[in-house]
Amino acid sequence: MSQVPTMIDFRRNTQQVPSRMPLAVQKATSKFLGNRAAVVDAFGNEQWQVLRQAGHDIRLHAITHIEHYLEMAEHAVTRAGGHVHWARDAAEARRILLDIASRHRVKLAVKGKSMATEEIGLNPALEEAGIRVLETDLGEYIVQLKGVGPAHIVVPAFHLSKEEIANLFHEKLGVDAPAEAEKLTQIARMKLREEFLSADLGISGGNFLVADTGTVVTVTNEGNGRMCTTVPPVHVAVVGIDKVVPDWESLTVLLKLLARSATGQKLSCYTQFISGPPRSPAETGPAEMHLILLDNGRSRILKTPECRETLLCIRCGACLNICPVYNHVGGYAYGYPISGPTGVLFASQILGPTVAGALPFASTLCGACNEICPVKIPITRILLHLRRRVVEGDESEQAAAPVYLRVGAWAGAAALGSTGLYRMGSELLKRLQAPFVRGGWMARLPAPLNRWTMSRPFPAFAADFRRWWRSRTTAGGKRGTSEPGA
Amino acid sequence: MAIKAQLFITCLAEQFFPNVLKGMVSLLERLGVQVEFPEEQTCCGQPFFNSGYHSQARDLAVKWLKVFGRTDGFIVSPSGSCVDTVQHHFPELFLPGSAEHRLAVDAAARTYEFSQFLVHQVKATDVGARFPHKVTYHASCHLLRGLGVREEPKALLQAVRGLELIPLPGEETCCGFGGTFSVIYPEVSKAMMEAKIRAIDSTGADVVVAGDAGCIMNIAGGLRQAGSSVRAMHLIDILTAGGEMS
Ligand code: SF4
Repeated sequence: MSQVPTMIDFRRNTQQVPSRMPLAVQKATSKFLGNRAAVVDAFGNEQWQVLRQAGHDIRLHAITHIEHYLEMAEHAVTRAGGHVHWARDAAEARRILLDIASRHRVKLAVKGKSMATEEIGLNPALEEAGIRVLETDLGEYIVQLKGVGPAHIVVPAFHLSKEEIANLFHEKLGVDAPAEAEKLTQIARMKLREEFLSADLGISGGNFLVADTGTVVTVTNEGNGRMCTTVPPVHVAVVGIDKVVPDWESLTVLLKLLARSATGQKLSCYTQFISGPPRSPAETGPAEMHLILLDNGRSRILKTPECRETLLCIRCGACLNICPVYNHVGGYAYGYPISGPTGVLFASQILGPTVAGALPFASTLCGACNEICPVKIPITRILLHLRRRVVEGDESEQAAAPVYLRVGAWAGAAALGSTGLYRMGSELLKRLQAPFVRGGWMARLPAPLNRWTMSRPFPAFAADFRRWWRSRTTAGGKRGTSEPGA
Repeated sequence: MAIKAQLFITCLAEQFFPNVLKGMVSLLERLGVQVEFPEEQTCCGQPFFNSGYHSQARDLAVKWLKVFGRTDGFIVSPSGSCVDTVQHHFPELFLPGSAEHRLAVDAAARTYEFSQFLVHQVKATDVGARFPHKVTYHASCHLLRGLGVREEPKALLQAVRGLELIPLPGEETCCGFGGTFSVIYPEVSKAMMEAKIRAIDSTGADVVVAGDAGCIMNIAGGLRQAGSSVRAMHLIDILTAGGEMS
């Protein structure tokens, strides 16, 4: 699935979240967070902070010198016999891939887990061209059967119960599936094994691209990703240009951060290094290897200094797991395959304020994501800039906020900025509220505050500190005593 | 020489929790702090800054800096998020090298949240308060992660006679207020608030304490809506209560 969205209405999406979703999400995220906390603890918090800083510095260095490292990677991949393609946007990436597929008369493509291919809406494009495409990551396989996108960037189907998956298998695969994780995995594995052997094309993403040796690195917990890149005769890796890292030393640091932050593992079960096609008949693997380097707005992100660090992300998913908003709405509410705090940063910038202007506001700015991010992305600071971009525009985008809001803000600020008007306003509010107040609270208020009172009462306006201060300073020049709790 | 504190009362505390402000004055004075109140002050502009309205935020910051720039001593406020705005965002609003930027940097350095000020400047953790009740503490996000105030409020609470401090599950999880977030995405705000209320109720505490007017509005309203008997109070309410719940 994953069509490129035209307008994301986050509020409407949150209203349509199935009632079981939040609990299912929280059950999974709390498990991941618990595992993460345990390995970070074992690592030693002080050491962990050193590692995070190193990860941040490495990623920042890489994206600051991105052209240099991408060229290096291109040379290395080409030298190793691979083919490098540059895709400016999603459409170009799809076209390159379709070209490769049609040259090889591909009928069935198998895919490893990849957010980049979700981002470019690859599956519908392949299907439109008459090519069957099969997700092979177990979670992706399940959501594909269900006809939806990933609900989490690391664990796409984590919100579904064993019973739901068993029903789905029964309905779509026509098999009698017991609601047991092991049996379900076995069924999926059997179905997939048959397909691997007949697939003409394997598609993968890449967690990292090592510039030094032109190595595409994929990190998974299932062997299927590796099957996609080794069994079919052609392998195409779609990798965002931001994934480049200088060398293997840098990679080591990032791998340590990634597995611990994502799933609480020291290292994921499968870390695969692909450096071009086989170099001799003794080596096996796809005879042809392509690397599509995807820009799709990343260069523009790099050009805005306030937002640049968006591209440090290693997609560990920790910020989703800790985010209180994500935990109550799940991934689909974001209307984009990459969800949660990192998804907000990414989608807002890739899609622009007109399409995704709602997303930067989908946060309480609580900052939990900043603290957990293994590469220290200042997420809320970037969110604040993106909010400003929606409201006021910046060098790269025009403002998208409706005029009435901007006029309202202007008037509100003017009133708050004048001491006289501010005081008058607070006296006036005390009078205007009278018909609504019961016992110090207001149960119902007119719009827009009805959005507050729909879930809890609003406290009555009660300003009297200024008068109190005055009275005690004028009382004989000596300050009266205050009455606490008065 | 006495420590001087300029009160920065903040909009929400002024409008909804005037007794917190009065309590703060009396407590600081009792501890020998010379308290002054710059009466021209209004809003620091936080709601505008956080919603992306930087030009309005800048206007309000200019006004705030004019009022507080004339004063000396510390600037002390009972609200973590407003202090976070002054400490971290005011300097961002102005061009480095400009007169406003200098004022902003100077103000940022002398602005303190109440518990920060008490523990680190007045150096008081035991203020002689008595509050024989079960209390749980909610860590307000901007106080905690914006200002890095994690232990100070708890140290102050622990020194209160008769007070039993019960840990709150998910103490550091946002209560769902988020300023304008609460009206932009009311359904999500509600869900987060209700989760917080459930956690508070599970502790069996009589009172939940926080250090930011926004969270207290949200949590107190939520408790009332849920028909809970737990009271939401500001840290200052506890430190000045003298035994009984007001
Ligand atoms: S923003 Fe940070 S925490 Fe979130 S997915 Fe990216 S690397 Fe992980």
